[in-house]
Amino acid sequence: MTRSEALPHYVESSRLEHFVNYEVLGKTTLRVQRWRDQWKLARRRPRPNSPLNPPLRSVAHMKEIMSRHYLEGRYAAGVRKVAWVTSGAPTEPLQALGYFLVYPENHAALCGVRRKAQGIAEEAEHAGWSRDICSYARTDIGAMISGKTPAGRLPRPDVLVCCTNICQTVLHWYRVLADYFECPLVLIDTPFLYQEAHDHEVAYVKRQIEDMICVAEEIAGKSLDETRFRDVMTNARRGAELWLEVLNRSQHRPAPMTAFDGFIHMGPIVDMRGEAVTVAYYERLIAELDERIERGIGAIKEERYRVLWDNLPIWFKIGDFSKWLAERGVNVVASTYTFAWGELAPMIDPSQPLDSMARVYLHPILNRSTGHKLASMRRMVDEFQLDGVILHSDRSCKPYSLGQIDQRDRLVKTLGIPALLLEADHNDPRDYSDEQGSNRLEAFIEMMEPRG
Amino acid sequence: MSRVAAIGIDAGSTTCKLVAVDQDGTIISSLLEPTEPRVELQVQRMLDAIRAEHGANSSVRTIATGYGRKLIKDATRNLTEITCHARGVFRDLGCAGTLIDIGGQDSKVIQIGGDGRPVDFMMNDKCAAGTGRFLEYTAARLGVPVPELGARALSTAQEEPISSTCTVFAESEIISLIARGAEPDSILRGLHRSLVGRVVSMVRNVGIVAPLMLSGGVAKNEAVREMIAEATVEDVILPGEPQLMGAYGAALLGI
Repeated sequence: MTRSEALPHYVESSRLEHFVNYEVLGKTTLRVQRWRDQWKLARRRPRPNSPLNPPLRSVAHMKEIMSRHYLEGRYAAGVRKVAWVTSGAPTEPLQALGYFLVYPENHAALCGVRRKAQGIAEEAEHAGWSRDICSYARTDIGAMISGKTPAGRLPRPDVLVCCTNICQTVLHWYRVLADYFECPLVLIDTPFLYQEAHDHEVAYVKRQIEDMICVAEEIAGKSLDETRFRDVMTNARRGAELWLEVLNRSQHRPAPMTAFDGFIHMGPIVDMRGEAVTVAYYERLIAELDERIERGIGAIKEERYRVLWDNLPIWFKIGDFSKWLAERGVNVVASTYTFAWGELAPMIDPSQPLDSMARVYLHPILNRSTGHKLASMRRMVDEFQLDGVILHSDRSCKPYSLGQIDQRDRLVKTLGIPALLLEADHNDPRDYSDEQGSNRLEAFIEMMEPRG
Repeated sequence: MSRVAAIGIDAGSTTCKLVAVDQDGTIISSLLEPTEPRVELQVQRMLDAIRAEHGANSSVRTIATGYGRKLIKDATRNLTEITCHARGVFRDLGCAGTLIDIGGQDSKVIQIGGDGRPVDFMMNDKCAAGTGRFLEYTAARLGVPVPELGARALSTAQEEPISSTCTVFAESEIISLIARGAEPDSILRGLHRSLVGRVVSMVRNVGIVAPLMLSGGVAKNEAVREMIAEATVEDVILPGEPQLMGAYGAALLGI
């Protein structure tokens, strides 16, 4: 029995199943659920005891979009070509070729938010994967081996696309996936940038994207339609621009949304960048945020302190943190993580798709120097008028956590604001201690109190 | 009328401390007891005693700190040990600087600003190494009473290196050292060096702004004081009652 045969939970669907379960029943059910959610949100009475103002109404649409994406995933195998991709992979040509995209990192985060990650990661650990490996990787490998997922079912990939612009773990992780699924793995190697990218580095990445397109065309059995590709690039740029606008709305006082909201609302730009639905969603969200700003409604009821979050969220704690911090007047209004999907928008040029893609996918924050991240944080402290910084030292994400001790030190010494290094993990609750974490956070908040 | 202007409670993991101060911030009375399992009942009993002694009523502002602070129902407010220790030591020693507080459950380095408030701090990570518990736990294995630990460690020039940074694994290492015939005092010296190594690493991360000050129960240990001074090449100064600084700071913040 091959490894591929040992994964019986990856089944193919027929076109009829896809049509009935997804196109007809699924979409209709999700639309009805969205109406129900909208109705509930519209009639929701203010909760005097909650430190948070009512949630954004757009959340009902976001839930529908994301649920629809994962629902289609259940029936995509056998109907559409499927690519599993890293969060920083150049996916626009794949979308233009009609691929259904699965983002294992996003799936792992979903498991984290639903507090299922530990149990699924343990499946990987029981199969021999070390606990020192990234908890996203362990969650997804565990889901692959066991078939356990809160998404119901993921489609088997026809191709894997791994881009090293976020970390080196993905290289080994995707080799494991390729081994299990016995499918082609396309690797996009992105040289680490200490400064802006040199022309030869852009040319090197562009060449690899061209190679990826050849492989993807062969698997899809069709050629890349340039008009469709340009449309996807246009949507990708517009979506990223709008996402950046969404985030920058929190420069207002009080901020209309928290970074914790941002961690959830980033779903479409991660999973569906390049799609018209993403553009439409962020236009809707901006309109709602503008309405809140006009009416002076903040995300939390009493915004006394404005804080920056560095690194990935602690997925299994975002709801608790959001409330706990709001109770103490803290609004986490910005995050380096959510900005990563918007700040490169100006680089996307649909008239030069391959060149601009090569440039964009070389420049994510994780592929750049620690000094660059420090400069971004300083700029955000200034632009968002921040009182403090929480640096999540993420046990799983070494590239993001590297340099945080020095970054924290510089922020404290040069800007004179408190900065806290909070030890945790983005997906594994075994690496976070509530008692110790909340004690440090309380001391951090006390340090932000106005000095008499 | 009672002289008590405020009461500070430090419900720590090892000991429970209460300090009553007058309007000028002078200590009128203090109590210190080993922490009992039901810390809220213990604190209530201690509070009643201190109030009765000075004729203070329950309207006197009471600030709680320490790990058990949230259980104290009579507290007007609760604050972290970081803020309270900084305030207590600042008032006692009268200067800003770098404070090392080694408690039973955690250790912290606090940079105190010119107004007596913390400017920056760092705490030990999710591990008991580098805390009073580390010494307590391993002292028990060697059968040495905690108050004698420092003197015993300084009584010898021989030092058995303890390489493990984990309290539990350090105990295994001690068992091996004993089995190999190592002297208990040499083992103790090595243990102290290991604890100080972790604390000094935090001090370097926060950065030393002289003077270097020490509070918390472990401040009473002369070997810890000497080794910190040796490693940092700084004089280490102590407040009068290092163990009471959290409760004292809490009381001062209640005035």
